[in-house]
Amino acid sequence: MNRIIRVAALGGALALALAACGSAPEDDSSSASSTAAAGSSDFKGCIVSDSGGFNDKSFNESGLNGLKAVEASLGIETAQAESKSDDAYAPNIDNLVSQNCNIIVTVGFKLATATADAATANPDVDFALVDALPTDADGNPVELDNVKPLQFDTAQASYLAGYLAAGMSKSGKVGTYGGLAIPTVTVFMDGFADGIAKYNDVKGTNVELLGWDKEAQTGLFNPPEAPFAPGSGKANADSLVAQGADIILPVAGGAALDALTTAKATAGTLVIWVDTDGALVNPDSSSVILTSVMKLIDAAVNSAVSDAAGDTFDPSPYVGTLENEGVGLAPYHDLDSTVPADLKAEIDQLKADIISGAIKVESQSSPK
Amino acid sequence: MTDELVPDQADAPPAAPPPKDPTEDAAASWLRRVSTGGAMVTVLAFVLALVIGGVLIAAVNPEVTAAAHYFFAKPADFFEAAWRAVSEAYSALFRGAVYDREADTFAKAIRPLTETMTIATPLIIAALGVAVAFRAGLFNIGAQGQVILGASLAGYIGFTWQLPAGIACLVALLGGVLAGGLWAGIAGVLKARTGAHEVIVTIMLNYVAISLLAWFLTTEAFRVPGSAEPKSRTVRPEAQLPLLFGDQYRVTWGFVIAILAAVFVWWLMSRSRIGFQFRAVGFNPAASRTAGISVQRITVYVMLTSGALAGLAGAVQLLGTSKYLTDGIAGTIGFDAITVALLGRSKPLGIFFAGLLYGGLSAGGRFMEVVTGTPISIVLVLQALVVLFVAAPTLVRTIFRIPAPTAELKGATA
Repeated sequence: MNRIIRVAALGGALALALAACGSAPEDDSSSASSTAAAGSSDFKGCIVSDSGGFNDKSFNESGLNGLKAVEASLGIETAQAESKSDDAYAPNIDNLVSQNCNIIVTVGFKLATATADAATANPDVDFALVDALPTDADGNPVELDNVKPLQFDTAQASYLAGYLAAGMSKSGKVGTYGGLAIPTVTVFMDGFADGIAKYNDVKGTNVELLGWDKEAQTGLFNPPEAPFAPGSGKANADSLVAQGADIILPVAGGAALDALTTAKATAGTLVIWVDTDGALVNPDSSSVILTSVMKLIDAAVNSAVSDAAGDTFDPSPYVGTLENEGVGLAPYHDLDSTVPADLKAEIDQLKADIISGAIKVESQSSPK
Repeated sequence: MTDELVPDQADAPPAAPPPKDPTEDAAASWLRRVSTGGAMVTVLAFVLALVIGGVLIAAVNPEVTAAAHYFFAKPADFFEAAWRAVSEAYSALFRGAVYDREADTFAKAIRPLTETMTIATPLIIAALGVAVAFRAGLFNIGAQGQVILGASLAGYIGFTWQLPAGIACLVALLGGVLAGGLWAGIAGVLKARTGAHEVIVTIMLNYVAISLLAWFLTTEAFRVPGSAEPKSRTVRPEAQLPLLFGDQYRVTWGFVIAILAAVFVWWLMSRSRIGFQFRAVGFNPAASRTAGISVQRITVYVMLTSGALAGLAGAVQLLGTSKYLTDGIAGTIGFDAITVALLGRSKPLGIFFAGLLYGGLSAGGRFMEVVTGTPISIVLVLQALVVLFVAAPTLVRTIFRIPAPTAELKGATA
């Protein structure tokens, strides 16, 4: 009994001490006016995730960040709808339309048909579709005045990563694994394969890529029941390392984290992250992240929503490239000193050549 | 008594006698207790879940957390913010599930109700399948896999076979029934012949089904020609389930099929001879065997029926709502169906309303997220809590100080 009283007294004192730190806002009217000022715009930007959810460490999260950035910079209103399953796309878009969204960002190729349907039914609402062209029920692309497709030719950036990996590999073997064999994943792998082939061409080496065969379009993918969930890439990452790969490119959303775990447990193994700048997103793993193949969805969403808010929405398709910096190679961060200066220079030259068109990076999965 | 419980020799498998698993009896008696728990417990379980959900909604609301920082300076702010957050969220949940009073027209206002019906349709059908197995003392955890295969075959027939309208849809539905039934039948046969526990087998068959679907979607037979996306062709219009209330709403004739399926299961379990055998085996396999029922055969029949219903659910979802296959075609229908079956206490009418409740929570949750910014995961927590409390009737009785009904005590000891 005494003990209970003591614990209660301690708890109470703690609560009082904590509460003493916080003071009530002075005046209700002032706070009301300040929120009104923040929401000065009556423009509403909205976003629907695909079934991966907004915490996917990949395109959904990136898209949401883009919208949040506009909320912060222009003070627009926002709303979001996280899809828990594939059949939620159409109703989620409908709900957002009913809440008077001016632009709806739909993230992922899985929403291509739902976006086209909703855009046709609601000509007054603008849409920005990430990673796909809007398609009709039979999967044929359709052009709509109120849908802006935001696509990324990530093969260009992963080509540079492939060249870098081939140059940095000590074992002569590099590896990759993907979440699912879908174009937005395999496009990374195609570019990576070509970059390695280019290095072999130039240097007369024979660096081998494990986990992806560009000709056959087959490779190493996670189990289909949870392709992008952390944990499901562990077996693939481990098997690549066991086969001798010392640099891994995991194209698998949250399941890319498994490659970091493996790399940290195996000395000399490095990871090339995808989508975001991995060393910044995973600061505790920056010692094993060589670089990242960045796909700047957030920037593209930001500019599409900002344009719409400024009444300059333009439905022409956007394709992120090295030239417009929609895709790119991240800085080397912690490992900067380990990358030879001449390799860095060669990669800069390749980048310039791709931008000028002297080198063409081709993938059947690149946006057309 | 015990002398009479000798297994019928004709029925016993030649090699292995039916395993005597003590957990099986415990599981069966728990199932019986849950299914006889009063309707009152279900309602109170829902109330409890809403209360806890309310606390969570308040906890994740930024205004409430802000007010909590100066709780002792101005407690009224905190309670006001909490009340506003919870009431707005629950009112949005209702508006998104039943009737949106803020919509411009009546047609738009009742749209949420039709959304609820749309989501509930496959849930009700699959849950009926799970319930048939429950009543026969079998845990069919494989509804997910049966839904996937039902949807796959229905889809394949739907976009490949050139059949006239009406017939096309019917044949595709039957394809779904067949695929789901056979898939569950595997578990049934394994259980009957070898005693392999149906829980393990059906769970494993789920994984096989998921991988099979992923493979289907890489084949020419399923894929959209020229596309690299893991997505099948769209079901031909003749094979699609027609819309029930016209273009405005997504609800299809699948809802009518769900009602018919509920009536069928009621007839099967309460009026038919085979249904009586299902229940007898579920209640006491040893006594059933003594009474001349072939427990092995009934086990297979139960799994066939259970899987057929789950397969029908997959077919209805595909031909009505989704119209093409993706890797996520089944969503979580097969797992939610287990929940709905428990919630509906394995009775057709109960499942019908539990399915609507579940569909309503899903539809309302989506709307709530859009309107109030409350994470949709809260709704998943609500759904889980309802089931948790329904599955633990004693807990609910203790909280609300309800005495256990004597009828149930008799049932539990019988």
